[in-house]
Amino acid sequence: MNLTIYSLAFLGGFTIMSLELLGGRMMQPYFGSSVYVWGSIITIFMLSLSLGYLWGGRLSLRAPTLGKFGAIFLIAAVTMYPLVYLAEPTMELIFRAIEDPRYGSLVASGILFVVPTVILGIISPYSVRLLVETTERAGQVAGRLYFVSTLGSALGTLATSFYFVLWFEMNTIVTLLTIALLIMGALGIVLQRWSGP
Amino acid sequence: MTARLLLAAVLCAATLAETLQAQVIHRQRSMYSTILIDQRGDVICLQFSVRSDQRNQSCMDTRRPQKMVLAYTRMMMAGLLLVPEPTSVLMIGMGGGTIPTVLAELYPDAAIDVVEIDPAVVAVAEQFFAFEATPNMRVITLDGRVFAKRAALNDSAYDLILLDAFNGDYIPEHLTTMEFLSEVRSLMKPGAVAVANTFAVSQLYHHESTTYQGVFGDFLNLKTSASANRVILAVNGPLPDNTTMRSRAAALDPSLRVYDVRLRDFVRQMSRKPDWDTTARPLTDQYSPANLLRNR
Repeated sequence: MNLTIYSLAFLGGFTIMSLELLGGRMMQPYFGSSVYVWGSIITIFMLSLSLGYLWGGRLSLRAPTLGKFGAIFLIAAVTMYPLVYLAEPTMELIFRAIEDPRYGSLVASGILFVVPTVILGIISPYSVRLLVETTERAGQVAGRLYFVSTLGSALGTLATSFYFVLWFEMNTIVTLLTIALLIMGALGIVLQRWSGP
Repeated sequence: MTARLLLAAVLCAATLAETLQAQVIHRQRSMYSTILIDQRGDVICLQFSVRSDQRNQSCMDTRRPQKMVLAYTRMMMAGLLLVPEPTSVLMIGMGGGTIPTVLAELYPDAAIDVVEIDPAVVAVAEQFFAFEATPNMRVITLDGRVFAKRAALNDSAYDLILLDAFNGDYIPEHLTTMEFLSEVRSLMKPGAVAVANTFAVSQLYHHESTTYQGVFGDFLNLKTSASANRVILAVNGPLPDNTTMRSRAAALDPSLRVYDVRLRDFVRQMSRKPDWDTTARPLTDQYSPANLLRNR
């Protein structure tokens, strides 16, 4: 049970940074590879994660379970996958509407990445709530979870930038991330059913 | 006698080495790269790197400023074999501005757009490489891909397009893809030529070749022993035969002598046959690991 929650937190961290890197690359054909494109994408990811943390904390007050936790991953997958089809036409429209590539890239990353990243941000505080049993150990549990999810982020960054972009098309990487989120989310739900209410 | 000769040779070599020792005369960190200018004898060179002796982007002989010092800049002039009288030119990636300066001298009536992402590079070209935009020249500080996409929306068209956007050894990957080249092609008048400076070595050679082939079909491939670069000449239309190019070279070469360019050599060195792995995966916006492929 605990191992599942840690694995899910790892996958959440992995997905966030892999998606962030892909996001920057997706925008280059429309807005260039300048520092402001990365500025836009990092701004939007940070903003979305901060909102996700807030929301995840609130959700954790309402009878949290591993099953609901798994459902968050399913929702993240469902909101992320449409990037495969919508990213290009969306950026095409924004490119026509906004001449300045700074604001173009900011608006594009806002429209494309806010929703999945907010959902992925829910994971951290929610997983803390699932694992904390006593007040004394709350800090230790939170520390372990940050460790695991940030390690996931580090590996997500490395794997994507060193290898995935060499092996796969970007849409394939998004699809693989989606599949991983679906499988792990489903696992959470199944384990919940299995271990009783 | 032999010993004296040897000593003389050693001394001579030592003096030569000393005069050829590069002196860094300007170093600057811009938003996009480290700009370094060094001087060796009369030649000053622009590099995008921290250390001297890396890949030169532009060089100028201060005694003969018209001379095109670097082999790849001379090779890019081969575009004139396909469009001998360009009236509208687009250059993406400016460096020291050697090529636009030469083209403006040769064709004062041609409209020349120079797109350079880094305003610091433009300033350095003006300060050290005697670059000066002519009335028919526009210097646009913008990402080359963004410019191309916008220009395509505005129905701009050119008859000579030169692609030379590198940042030291780093290749802007969004300027290597089929989608980018299709945008470039949409900016080309019928019969216009795109001249691209690319790498002649590494896995990237194969991938870039199939990418250009995919967008333009057959192209002219120019490699010389003087350069580790390969220049691709892709035409929006049929390729001319060698006889046509030889007669164009004969007509143009006298006016190019002052720049040290001999187009007739290039006609001989050009190839139309693929010498690359034709199964290499073309680069696309979805798959463009150009810098990773360059290290393989």
